[in-house]
Amino acid sequence: MGTPELKIILEFSAGAELLFGNIKRRELTLDGNQKWTISNLLKWMHANILTERPELFLQEDTVRPGILVLINDTDWELLGELDYELQPNDNVLFISTLHGG
Amino acid sequence: MPIICKSQCGNRAALKRPKTGDALCKECFFAAFEAEIHHTISSSNLFRRGEKVAVAASGGKDSTVLAHVLKLLNERHNYGLELVLLSIDEGITGYRDDSLETVKQNRDDYQMPLKILSYEELYGWTMDRILPRSDALDRGAKLLGVDSIATGHNADDIAETVLMNVLRGDTARLRRCTSIRTGGGEDTIPRVKPLKYSYEKEIVMYAHYKKLVYFSTECVFAPNAYRGHARAFLKDLEKVRPSVIMDIIYSGEQLRFKDTVKKPERGTCTRCGFVSSQQPCKACVLLEGLNRGLPKLGIGKKSKGERMIAKQNQELALRERANLVKNDF
Repeated sequence: MGTPELKIILEFSAGAELLFGNIKRRELTLDGNQKWTISNLLKWMHANILTERPELFLQEDTVRPGILVLINDTDWELLGELDYELQPNDNVLFISTLHGG
Repeated sequence: MPIICKSQCGNRAALKRPKTGDALCKECFFAAFEAEIHHTISSSNLFRRGEKVAVAASGGKDSTVLAHVLKLLNERHNYGLELVLLSIDEGITGYRDDSLETVKQNRDDYQMPLKILSYEELYGWTMDRILPRSDALDRGAKLLGVDSIATGHNADDIAETVLMNVLRGDTARLRRCTSIRTGGGEDTIPRVKPLKYSYEKEIVMYAHYKKLVYFSTECVFAPNAYRGHARAFLKDLEKVRPSVIMDIIYSGEQLRFKDTVKKPERGTCTRCGFVSSQQPCKACVLLEGLNRGLPKLGIGKKSKGERMIAKQNQELALRERANLVKNDF
């Protein structure tokens, strides 16, 4: 038996992808030995894939206001926001609203 | 533990509405979002049956949702409107090209006629970013013969504008920035804002759940430092108290000024006849600058511009005289 893995999908849209190497969809394999909350995930993203101007994505320990977070197409505000614990095959989508319209 | 939709339809809730704090499922959210816009339109008598309305289309989220919802409500509630998409092509490379593709997608998706007016058609200049798009919209709408222009300004935009005008002490704009209808005097086409009370978050969620195609890269000329600060501040406030956006709009609507507060006069430009608070209007000054080969005209101080014109006139007069002298031989 190998080490346990936690596979999730990250998606970025409406301009949020520009801060992450312009990649709209990523499949991640995280270390399944630890518990992954959105809070931990944001730290991981900051350390590993947030390539451009982190202040446009993060503010203090959370997502900058104006960026919407959907977990499996549900508003993260209904799911505990930073405390939500990621489950295998979860889809986490970040949508920027910080642009003209 | 999934949260159930507040309207007791039995479905799982998909989002928390910032305006009300209600947890709703997708279908109940669509119904509420559309019903509120219909309420805004009908309670403010925004349109009259038989009118031709131009939807100012940029390809962005707001105008895409506006076009979608107006078409839907026009059919659902039988408004009897003739809807057209009006888009201004400033010719900004890259940005406009992609956003115009999105507008064309809107045209096909919503089966609405689309008129793209280029700056060249409107002003005889292909240059981009020189002239404000609002001015171009007015001129475009006049060419199309529409009764009003619907723009995609949302609640967040309006609350930001209220904050900005308070900070700048701009009493004239503060008076009119919360109006759902502006213009409509003898020489201007009324502008209406059907999304005035729609939160940005809800517009984005609506577009996402309805899978509407919109264009979302920042315009290279858009970063407006001042609005950016107001926006960031408002978003921080919203985090603490989501109703703050409606509260600021309400405060803006209720503001009244003493008679002693000076009101700037809004006149018309003596050259082109369009509405302007300056003489001649900004568009005419900028165009004159381009035609004279003095592109900085109208960008810096007025006195500096006048000096540039005077200097050029003097040079032209000298050259004219030199020509006359030469011709005498």
